[in-house]
Amino acid sequence: MSTEGVIYRVAGPVVTATGISPKMYDVVHVGNEQLMGEVIKIVGDYSIIQVYEDTSGIKPGEPVTNTGKPLSVELGPGLLTSVYDGIQRPLPVLREKMGDFIYRGVSAPGLDHAKKWDFVPAVKVGDTVTAGQVLGTVQEGPMVHKIMVPVSIEKGKVESILPGSFTVDETIALIDGKEVSMIQYWPVRVPRPVAEKYQPDVPLITGLRVLDTMFPLAKGGAAAIPGAFGTGKTVTQQSLAKFSDADIVVYIGCGERGNEMTEVLTEFPELDDPRTGEKLMKRTVLIANTSNLPVAAREASVYTGMTIAEYFRDMGYNVALMADSTSRWAEAMREISSRLEEMPGEEGYPAYLAGRLSEFYERACRAKALCGDDGSISVIGAVSPPGGDLSEPVTQNTLRIVRVFWALDTKLRERRHFPTINWLTSYTMYDKQLLQWYKDNVAEDFPTLRAWAMGILQKESELQEVVQMVGSDSLPDEQKVTLEVAKMIREIFLQQNAYDEVDMYCPIQRQYVMMSLIRKYSDLADKALAAGVQVDKIATLPVKTRFNQAKYEKTIDEELKAVSEDMDKQFAELGV
Amino acid sequence: MADITKEYKTISQIAGPLVYVKNTDPVGYKEMVNVRLSDGSIRRGQVLDTSDDIVVIQVFEGTTGIDRDASVRFLGDTMKMPVSRDMIGRILSGSGEPLDGGARIVPEKELDIEGGAINPWARDSPSDFIQTGISTIDGMNTLVRGQKLPIFSQSGLPHNEMALQIARQAKVRGENEEFAVVFIAMGITNEEKQMFMKEFERTGALKSAVVFLNLADDPAVERTLTPRLGLTTAEYMAFDLGMQVLVIMTDVTNYCEALRQIGAARDEVPGRRGYPGYMYTDLAQLYERAGRIKGKKGSITQIPILTMPSGDITHPIPDLSGYITEGQIVLSMELHRAGIYPPVNVSSSLSRLMGGGTGAGKTREDHKNVSDQLYASYAEGKDLRGLVAIVGKDSLSAKDRKLLDFADIFEDRIVRQGIDEDRSIEETLDIAWEIFTELDLDQLTRISRKYLEKYLPKK
Repeated sequence: MSTEGVIYRVAGPVVTATGISPKMYDVVHVGNEQLMGEVIKIVGDYSIIQVYEDTSGIKPGEPVTNTGKPLSVELGPGLLTSVYDGIQRPLPVLREKMGDFIYRGVSAPGLDHAKKWDFVPAVKVGDTVTAGQVLGTVQEGPMVHKIMVPVSIEKGKVESILPGSFTVDETIALIDGKEVSMIQYWPVRVPRPVAEKYQPDVPLITGLRVLDTMFPLAKGGAAAIPGAFGTGKTVTQQSLAKFSDADIVVYIGCGERGNEMTEVLTEFPELDDPRTGEKLMKRTVLIANTSNLPVAAREASVYTGMTIAEYFRDMGYNVALMADSTSRWAEAMREISSRLEEMPGEEGYPAYLAGRLSEFYERACRAKALCGDDGSISVIGAVSPPGGDLSEPVTQNTLRIVRVFWALDTKLRERRHFPTINWLTSYTMYDKQLLQWYKDNVAEDFPTLRAWAMGILQKESELQEVVQMVGSDSLPDEQKVTLEVAKMIREIFLQQNAYDEVDMYCPIQRQYVMMSLIRKYSDLADKALAAGVQVDKIATLPVKTRFNQAKYEKTIDEELKAVSEDMDKQFAELGV
Repeated sequence: MADITKEYKTISQIAGPLVYVKNTDPVGYKEMVNVRLSDGSIRRGQVLDTSDDIVVIQVFEGTTGIDRDASVRFLGDTMKMPVSRDMIGRILSGSGEPLDGGARIVPEKELDIEGGAINPWARDSPSDFIQTGISTIDGMNTLVRGQKLPIFSQSGLPHNEMALQIARQAKVRGENEEFAVVFIAMGITNEEKQMFMKEFERTGALKSAVVFLNLADDPAVERTLTPRLGLTTAEYMAFDLGMQVLVIMTDVTNYCEALRQIGAARDEVPGRRGYPGYMYTDLAQLYERAGRIKGKKGSITQIPILTMPSGDITHPIPDLSGYITEGQIVLSMELHRAGIYPPVNVSSSLSRLMGGGTGAGKTREDHKNVSDQLYASYAEGKDLRGLVAIVGKDSLSAKDRKLLDFADIFEDRIVRQGIDEDRSIEETLDIAWEIFTELDLDQLTRISRKYLEKYLPKK
């Protein structure tokens, strides 16, 4: 098979070559500067290549070399704390090599090949091992990085394995005569195998009340956050990255603002990690392919991130993958598709948009990994609908696949209600699957409490319509109480200050306590009404102010107890 | 390298701005081209698509008068911009030629006009205040070095006056900072050109500015190059010469129209409303050239100005811009009709990076509180206007009436200012404190007690 060819045509990021006979998605080096590209179409002897770097000045006749391998990432110790572009080139290394701007023709491996890691074997000579089984471990910051048998070795006998300090390329074990090192290469567009996929039935706890209680995402599930610009998609994504109870965080900045990425890049290394006591960055992988980097690399970035996430899932970890924004990814597909002169589908997007989106989201799962442990990947994809119009193709195709929808709302933002997740339009389809978990781990009546709160909010929106026409004075007393309770749910429970030290994270147990207290108020208020107490007296009880403030107090749990006692007392004074 | 002396007379097709040439030696993508017409005149162009069989050239000045006898010479290199410190104080055309009758620029360096992308790892976060002298921007939507903060305007609004006022007044605080303005006009009318040239010279703003003027009747292709020339100049001044550079681009809508026109001429599959599918990437390649770099003194800050077609903020141009830029200043027709200049609608304006550039040590300690209070009280006052229309002013409580009046006073004192009125941030904040006296103390809930004691004028 020939691997050397020449360029026939250059049109933007799309280059046509002849003389190579590649397989689809083989990586090729294009031109005298050896720019990296990927074969995306084969027509007779012509191979159509999408190039990840700028092609200005490249001429027909320049050489093209086929590597014979698909676009792959390097997996192994050293991934954590890394900051990559869309094709796993470490940005700090690129800066060392070519300065403050990214120009083309520079390659850099994803992992540090000189660094030595202390390897501790987990199997002995003579053991039979299978694909994906843990051979040993390496301590990488606060995390235990498990070194697994490559998937290419289905089964074999360990002939030698030694503890010691190795680079990722050095042999650490011999299995049936095959040398095994700590590095693995994996093609990004191919999902890594698992032993068995499960139904997700454990929630991803985020510490955000509106999400954990009202619209939970299951570990291994997928959620979409659509919202017009300025509604706080990025803030929500970043909150989730900081506080969710995932072991590993993969954050993909796909076609977004450079200064925003800078914020992530400067903030994450400073953030304390409540779980490990170290910095959050130590269990994070960042991919920063900003909007002005080549569009083909943007297209690849989500796959690069997903493959890295799968690698950690295979060690039995729970991974949270944030993609900000999937709309930019879809636009990259559209741009390349249009260069290929493909028949466009809706709004110029390629007809395979829906297929690509579902392939991507389908890689989210909760599964028994080949190593025998359970792992998961939860995907949270931001969608940036043009003009905030949710009927556009990317949003619609995403909603057909994901089972959780967190709708960000411009109106809530204007009212300074944060997070701006609209409780009427958002939904989760995991509530039934997660029911048991909440009953076992939080409280038996948690699901009923949630349903009650949703009911009140729903009723409020109906009553609001009436109020707008006739004013709130004309409502009957019990409906006034309903509005009062709904307001408490909104202001005390749903609103949460991401910048307040105490309020930024709310454990699920405390969420339950807070909601129970609102329920208690509601029940007591109903009783008071029945006993003939005036609505105004119920609505102006001082305990409400205390309750409102409680979430900002350092001693919040004691404070909530005090609120409960005050409530009893003050209602007793009303004669209940 | 191809032989750059060789001329080809093998034009096979001419369509719109495109010329197709057969049987050439290998030609590079985006290589510059000279097309010589039969009358001897030269047109410049750039290679859009190159292959062994055919090369597609986009001619900058249009194809009028080109026939199949014209000859084509490939120049062997992509488009470069000669840059020099001497460009400061000059007025140049949209393709970088002097318009002011002065000498040609002697280059210190030649730079690729596409530039590289700033490595996200090399970026430094924007955190230094730039004073524009306009209260609604400085006080409530603060601009910081390295930010891109567009002005969303409409036809008929005085955005060009505002652009000139900012170009004239903008300054950075701190000593030993060299400040410069790069002013990029795209698709402006001849009349506007006269106004810009006169104003820049009259007010002395030209001293520290480089001005690029692309006119409405200049070819569309040139319009897509003008901002790139300007931004390349800005990068040279910021990152080679260490200056704080403010880039003002007007009007991005004309730029996008040019993109659409060229896309259609190239038979591209159109995206939303006929604009090319790559418009987001294309705009990002302009806007993302704003920023600061770790370890470098200079910075590039951008104020792109765009007119929203029929005031529609969901139109692709403002929409895509909004997704890339860090906030927006929105101008309002209502305020303009009410005779208020500059007609900034603060309610829908936003500066995402304001937090990092305000407060003690940057502007003044009370800045954040004052801004929050202005926003909150003005919003409440505006809401009440709606109510008054239905129920009448008499039915308002005394406190509400104060808020209602506050909204008017706010528009009159904070928003309204003279076209030559250059307010320092302290002046802006002091005016805010003065108008706070119109409200009751318990209506100033967003301001902490210590600032109230320190700054609130005693009645």
